[in-house]
Amino acid sequence: MLAARVLGVLGVLFVLSIIVFAMMYLAPGDIVKNLLGNRPANPDVVAAVREQYRLDDPVVVQYLTWLKGFVTGDFGESIRLQVPVAQAIGDRIAITAALCGLAFLVSVIVAVPLGVRSAVKAGGWVDRAGNALSILGLSAPTFAIGLVLLYLFAYYVPIFPVYGGGDGGLDTLRHLVLPAVTLALGLGAIIVKLTRTAMLRELESDYVTFARSRGLGERMVRRIALRNAAIPIVTGASLVLTFLVGGTVLAETTYALPGIGTLLQDSVLFKDIAVVQSLTLLVAVVIAVIALLADLAYLLLDPRVSRTLGARA
Amino acid sequence: MTVLLEGLTVIGPAGTMVEPVSAEIAPGATLALIGESGSGKTLTAKSIVGLLPRGFRATGSVTVAGQALPVERPGDDAAWRRARGRSVSLLLQDPFTSLTPVHRCGDQIAWTVEAAQGHRLPRGARRAAVEERLAEVNLPARVADAFPHELSGGMRQRVAIAAALASDPQLLIADEPTTALDASNQAEILDLLRRIQLERRLSVILISHDLGVVRGRTDQVLVMRGGQVVERGATAAVLAAPEHPYTRALIEADPVVAARSGARIAAEEAAPSEVEPLLVCEGVTKAFGVRTVLDQVDLAVAPGAIVGIVGESGSGKSTLARCIAGLEREDAGSIVLAGSALAPGRGSRTPDQMQIVFQDPYSSLNPMMSIGAILSEALGVAGRASSEVPGLLEMVGLPAEFARKRPAELSGGQRQRVAIARALAPEPRLLICDESVSALDVSVQADILALLARLREEIGIAILFISHDLAVVRMIADSVTVMWDGRVVESGPCHEVLEQPAHEYTRLLVAAATRENAVPVEGKD
Repeated sequence: MLAARVLGVLGVLFVLSIIVFAMMYLAPGDIVKNLLGNRPANPDVVAAVREQYRLDDPVVVQYLTWLKGFVTGDFGESIRLQVPVAQAIGDRIAITAALCGLAFLVSVIVAVPLGVRSAVKAGGWVDRAGNALSILGLSAPTFAIGLVLLYLFAYYVPIFPVYGGGDGGLDTLRHLVLPAVTLALGLGAIIVKLTRTAMLRELESDYVTFARSRGLGERMVRRIALRNAAIPIVTGASLVLTFLVGGTVLAETTYALPGIGTLLQDSVLFKDIAVVQSLTLLVAVVIAVIALLADLAYLLLDPRVSRTLGARA
Repeated sequence: MTVLLEGLTVIGPAGTMVEPVSAEIAPGATLALIGESGSGKTLTAKSIVGLLPRGFRATGSVTVAGQALPVERPGDDAAWRRARGRSVSLLLQDPFTSLTPVHRCGDQIAWTVEAAQGHRLPRGARRAAVEERLAEVNLPARVADAFPHELSGGMRQRVAIAAALASDPQLLIADEPTTALDASNQAEILDLLRRIQLERRLSVILISHDLGVVRGRTDQVLVMRGGQVVERGATAAVLAAPEHPYTRALIEADPVVAARSGARIAAEEAAPSEVEPLLVCEGVTKAFGVRTVLDQVDLAVAPGAIVGIVGESGSGKSTLARCIAGLEREDAGSIVLAGSALAPGRGSRTPDQMQIVFQDPYSSLNPMMSIGAILSEALGVAGRASSEVPGLLEMVGLPAEFARKRPAELSGGQRQRVAIARALAPEPRLLICDESVSALDVSVQADILALLARLREEIGIAILFISHDLAVVRMIADSVTVMWDGRVVESGPCHEVLEQPAHEYTRLLVAAATRENAVPVEGKD
C-alpha cells in the first residue's frame, strides 16, 4: 500500500512538473523576452538564451533538460536577482521554515489542549471562548489578522518589531513571533475544531465508560481518549499544514520578512520565470511529502492498520 | 460484605425513569435484572457506578460491604474514585467497543490494577499482575501483548472481565455480557463468570433481556418493565410460576422456552414437495482477498417455503444472502431463480425477484423521509401507484395513519414492519431476512416472526430466514441449513436437524438453543 502511495505521489509530481514547465510558454508575451527580463535584447544575448533553454530543440527535449536540472539542483538563473535560483531560495528558506515551524508549534501547543478542554467541559466558558476564537481564526483573512496584530503589538504596544527578519538568533525569533501567531490562528482554529469533535466522539464511547467504571482517574481516561482521537487529529492536522504554505506568502508580505513567500511574490510580479517555476514545484514536493508523512503517521497510530499490513507483507 | 440497594431511583429530564428499586445481594450471590429495552435496567446499573448520562440523577442508597456509594452525587469524581473499581465495576455488553482499540490488552488490565493501588507499578510487577489476571480468565500470557482486534469476540470479553475484576471489586454489574457474542461463546463466558464469582465470593448483578442467560445461573430475579419492578423472587420460582402477566408473556415469547416445548409460530413444516424449487444455488464460492468466505455452497428454496440459514458471525451466511440478492458478486457457482440463471451482481436483477430485510431498522430507513414516502418510493420502483401505501401498511399490521410518521416516531418493531412492507412493495417472489429480528426484544421478535409466517400463508411468498439463533429459526422455518466457516455442514427439515443433529457444530447450536449443558468447542480461539 505504501509503495503504491509513493508511486502515486511521484505520478502527481510528474504531471505537475509538466504544467509548471508549460508556464514558460503560457506566460503572456514573447518567450525570449520573458526569459531576458530587462536585459538589452541584442542578437547575441537572444542566441545565448535560445541556446541556454534549448528553445530550438523539440519541446520534449526542452522539458527533459529542464527536469534534469531541477532534479540535480540546477534551477537556472534568476533574471531579477542575477544569481542562481538555488542560491536565491537557499538564502531565504531558513526564515520561512522557521516561520512555518514556529506557527505549527504554537498552533498545536495551544489548540490541542484547548480542543480537549472544550470537549471535556462542552458548553463551558472555555468551550465557548475557544469556539469564538476558532470562528475568528477560520474566517478572518491572514493579512487582516496580520495588520491588526501589527497595529496592536508593534504600534500601540510596541513590544514586537514592525518588519524585517532580524539579525539572527533571538532577535530573529522576536521578529517571527507576530507573523507566526498570525499564521497559527488560522491553523489552530482548524486543529481546535478537529480535536474537539474527535474528543467528544471518543469520550462518548464504551471504552471510556468502562474505564471510568473500573476506577481509572479522569486524567488517565482523557489520555486514553486522546490517544484514540489522535488518529483523526494527526491525519487532519497534517493535511491542513498545507494551509501554511499559502498563508506564509501573505504573512511574509505583511511583515516584510525576506522569506520564500516574498521571493515568490516579487518573482511573479517581475515575471522571473525560473524562480516561479522552481518555487511552485518545490511547494508541490513539500505538500506531497507532508501528505505522505500523514499516511505514515496513520500507520503508526492505528495498530489495526499496521498489523494488517504486516500480515499481508 | 453484603450489597444493599435501598430505594434506588433514577430521575431523568422528563421525570422518574426508574421507580425505587430495593434488593439485597449476599456475597457470591447473583441478582438478575431482566426486562426489554427501555425497562430501566441499564439506567439502574449506571446509577450504581455513578455514570448516568447528562441530565439524569439518582436518589436512594447503595451500600457495598457497609460502605455507602455516593449514588446521589454522579458528578463528584473525588467521591467516586474511591468507590469505582474497588467497590463496584461495570462490565459492558460489547467487547468490541469496551476495550480501546489502540492500546494493548495487558495495558488495559494494568490500568485497573494501578488505579486501585493508587500508583504506577514497576515493569516486572505490572507484567506479573497482568499475567495473573489473564490466567484467572483462562487466557495465555501472550494475550497481554495483543491488541483487541487480534482476538476473537469471546477472548475480548474475557480480557474485559479480567480488566473489570483487576481492582478486586465486591460487586460486579454485568450489563448483557454475552448478548454480542456467538452461541458457542455465550455459555463459556457465563460459566467463567460464575466460577470466578464463587471463587472470589463476588456479588453480581446480571442484566439481561434473555431468560435463558438468567436460568440456572442467578439466585434472585427482578423483572422490570417501564421503569418498575413488576415481579421479584427466587429465579427458579419466578421462572417456574410467574405471577405477573408480563413475566408470563416474556417467558412464553422466549424462543428457548418455545424450543423446549416444541412450540412453533409458523404452521407445521410442509412436506417436501415435488414442485420445482424457486431458488437453487449450486457451488456458490466467494473470497475476499485470500480469505474464502463461501466454499461451494448449495441451497434450494421451494416456492412458499421458509428456509432458515443458521451460523455464527463469519460463517458466510450474510455473504450468501448478499450474493443471492446481487449485492455481492460470487466468484463461482450458479444462482437460479424460477428456472432462469442470475448473473453475478445487481445489473441483471429486477425488484420483483427478491427483496432483502436487514437487521437494523434504525439504520435501514431514511430518517428524513416519512413512512408514506419510503413506501411510495419502493412502490414507484416497481411501477405501482402510491395509493397502495395503506394496503401495504395493513398487510404488515400497521394503521394507515403511519404513512405520515417518520421513522424516529416508531418503535423498533414498528420500524421493522415498515422495512418488511417496503420489501414487499415490488411483490417479490423471495424475501431474504438477514438477522431481521436479532435487534428486537423477545416479545417484539415473536410478533415479527408471526407476521412473516402469516405473510407466507396469505401471499405464498418464499422466505430465506438468516439468523445466528437456532431457537428463533426453528420457530418459523420448514427446513434449515447450518453454515460454518463458509461451508454448509448440515441441512434438512427443521425437526430432523434439531432432533438428530449429525454434525458436531450443529449439536453445539442445538444445545445452546435449548440451554442444555453446552459443550465448549475446542480450539476455536
